[in-house]
Amino acid sequence: MDVSQYLEIFIDETREHLQNLNEQLLVLEKEPENSDTINEIFRAAHSLKGMAGTMGYKRMQRLTHDMENVFSEIRNGKMKAGAALVDVLFRGLDALENYLDNIINTQDEGTEDNQDIIDGLQKLLEEGLGGESDGEKEKQPEAPAPAAASAKERKHLVLAEHELHAANKAKSDGENVFEIAVYIQESCLLKAARAFLVFKALEDAGDIIKSVPEVQDIEDEKFDFEFSLVLLTKKTRPEIEQMILNVSEIKEVLVEDADLSAPSVEVTHTAQEQVTEAPANNNKESSETEAASSAGAAATAVAPAPKEAAAQTVAASPAKETETKKEPPKTTAKANAKPVVNRSVRVDIEKLDDLMNLVSELIIAKNGLTSINDDSQTMRDGNFNEQIEYLERITTSLHQSVMKVRMVPIESVVNRFPRMIRDLSKKLGKKMELYMTGEDTELDRTVIDEIGDPLMHLLRNAADHGLETNEERVRLGKPEVGSIFLDAYQEGNNVVIEVRDDGAGIDVEKVKNKALNKGTITEEQAAIMSDKEIIDLLFRPSFSTAEVISDVSGRGVGLDVVKTKIETLGGSIETKTALGEGSNFIIRLPLTLAIIQALMVEIGKEKYAIPLGSIVTLEDVPISDVKYVRNKEVINLRGSVIPLMRMARVLDVEPVAEEPTNLTVIIVKKGDKQAGLIVDNLIGQLDIVIKSIGKYINNSKMISGATILGDGEIALILDVNVLV
Amino acid sequence: MEEENKTDELEKQYIVVKLGSEQYGIDIQYVDNIVRMQRVTRVPKAQHYFKGVINIRGEIIPVMSLRLKFGLEPDEFKNATRILIIKIEPQAAIGMIVDEVKEVITLDEESIDKVSGTNDERSAYLSGVGKQPDGLVSLLNIPLVVIDKENAG
Repeated sequence: MDVSQYLEIFIDETREHLQNLNEQLLVLEKEPENSDTINEIFRAAHSLKGMAGTMGYKRMQRLTHDMENVFSEIRNGKMKAGAALVDVLFRGLDALENYLDNIINTQDEGTEDNQDIIDGLQKLLEEGLGGESDGEKEKQPEAPAPAAASAKERKHLVLAEHELHAANKAKSDGENVFEIAVYIQESCLLKAARAFLVFKALEDAGDIIKSVPEVQDIEDEKFDFEFSLVLLTKKTRPEIEQMILNVSEIKEVLVEDADLSAPSVEVTHTAQEQVTEAPANNNKESSETEAASSAGAAATAVAPAPKEAAAQTVAASPAKETETKKEPPKTTAKANAKPVVNRSVRVDIEKLDDLMNLVSELIIAKNGLTSINDDSQTMRDGNFNEQIEYLERITTSLHQSVMKVRMVPIESVVNRFPRMIRDLSKKLGKKMELYMTGEDTELDRTVIDEIGDPLMHLLRNAADHGLETNEERVRLGKPEVGSIFLDAYQEGNNVVIEVRDDGAGIDVEKVKNKALNKGTITEEQAAIMSDKEIIDLLFRPSFSTAEVISDVSGRGVGLDVVKTKIETLGGSIETKTALGEGSNFIIRLPLTLAIIQALMVEIGKEKYAIPLGSIVTLEDVPISDVKYVRNKEVINLRGSVIPLMRMARVLDVEPVAEEPTNLTVIIVKKGDKQAGLIVDNLIGQLDIVIKSIGKYINNSKMISGATILGDGEIALILDVNVLV
Repeated sequence: MEEENKTDELEKQYIVVKLGSEQYGIDIQYVDNIVRMQRVTRVPKAQHYFKGVINIRGEIIPVMSLRLKFGLEPDEFKNATRILIIKIEPQAAIGMIVDEVKEVITLDEESIDKVSGTNDERSAYLSGVGKQPDGLVSLLNIPLVVIDKENAG
């Protein structure tokens, strides 16, 4: 089956399930008895397993399967979710994420088996269940496959003479003769199809000489949830078992050497019992271990056989699997080897309905305009303006609606942070809590995709450098557990994200000394720099004040990268800190990237756009009010001294002949900093579509893009963040 | 297009343009479009040979002057002046101002000479010299002209 068309859905949903699992596990760690959580985890793990299986990602399926077993035991109250267990489960989730990344990049899950995690799970499972029944011991991987023990529990196939003959001949030729019993999950809807898949797999491996019920009956679904067959094959038992277990919805499989002696053994009823007994204990789809543990010692003896065998074959099969797999799919893999980048957005149906409504209105407006054309001249004048206004209203709403469709709650980025902080807390040996607010704040999809790493970096910084050790905190009279806050909220046309901690804060003196040592600044510079300017040094490339370079952060590639990233997104970052009380990193991001409101201005004969979001006020300043501070032009505006920039000079525009008596000054801000831009003329406010001016042209970052005006002319957009 | 070139490596088509009295050949695979001279919006602080940006059907494209790039006299915009829209990557177009677009020629390997090691500014951008009945055509190494060290800095 070609499943590539489902790949995107698979990736999307797997992400969701993994996220869900991460969140729920965090809850479980705190409240090990919360049954809702446990159920939720079990459901997510189960769906994950099913999806991986359908898509043919075997290793992923195996790992989820083993995790699901553990969850299932927890759900049944047979195990407790201890710290060790949660740790292994988290590792399992990380491994699953790796698989997913591999799939996204190469459409293949990769070859990592994560056997250690699987072993870890098995071990915990044994420990957790240990001593419950004697049969459990046989779960241990060392235990021999108890084929002999199980033999008496199920009905043996009776071979007819010619079949016996064929089997004996095959045996003498060195082939194995296996008797195979396959049990299909009770929840399976298309058992005939599953059976068919089993047959198909086995026919590739050898010859099926007998099946009970007959093949025809199986195809017609005239069987319960089990069937048996005899196979002549050169393959080994574990290989065969693995092949069958690869078909989804197979509950278990028994492979044993066929009894080639005279037909003797008759029906015992245990096998039937096992099938009926199992569902009684398993409310939902069960896994073989679960069936095993609940169906009692006799059944457990049966169950571990395939399980253990499977575990063994996994080690061997990947090599084989990749070998065989590599050859045929190579051509297809090459053709679409491009990473499956997930560019989809989930859209609330209501938003789409809004769009639909607006489009219908647009059509009505268009019809209105066409009919005006038919009317007489007199009608035209009044109606025309009315219709244009109507049209304008609709396009504005349409624009807003489309923008809303692109908006994604920030939740999708930040919801992985609690998990990260938990891991950091363990790694650093500091107790800390993450408090998040405003996860529903929405940002443009493109911003959301990019903002994760910078935020993660800031959080790591806060956890590693910001917070003191627990002992230190106690000594300082602070609460022992450190707090990190992540707050998101909308402010005008911006979204603000604050990363705050109640740790030590930034030691300005330390930063200053470091900068002096490194030669980043000179003594004279240091003397006149404000605290704020010194803190800004942290954002310079390769500047880390951490005395010990830790695994978590402090390699000196940090804040400058964060800053660059945020600036490419059209945002800005600002730092506030109080020594001993903590620090606060404030990120401001534009709500959307594509369309902004801007003030159009004229500088010389050229037109420029200044984003409205960064404009504070417009001032008309008499030239006599301009003062000089250290040879630079400033104005004193309502008590604050604001430096002036003559844009004509900054942009090398040919100056207008005469100096006017009044200057048109646009007061812009970047965080707390303000500046006054002197322009020649104001044109007006306009919604502009931002376009890139390409990468070849060098513009010292002052120009953040360009836009096309109504008459086809181009106006450049000034980046206030760079100017100020 | 690339495949065509591989199979037909011996013959390549070039668009011949004029800068002053000299003829230059531009590999046709890079040329996306040829447009008339139009209003160029200056970009402050750009490299000296970038005249600015133009609007081609809603796309904003930076325009460079080959004359300035090669250290010739500044352009005089006439009726024959054209902008060649060059695409070496799918998402990044660039315009080049030339005095005149003459013709398309086909050159086989035989009629292309490698450039001798002269060291003036222009020859650094050449991939070879094509011999034509009516004179020589300097073949431009377009990727080098577009992405050059000066540009990266």
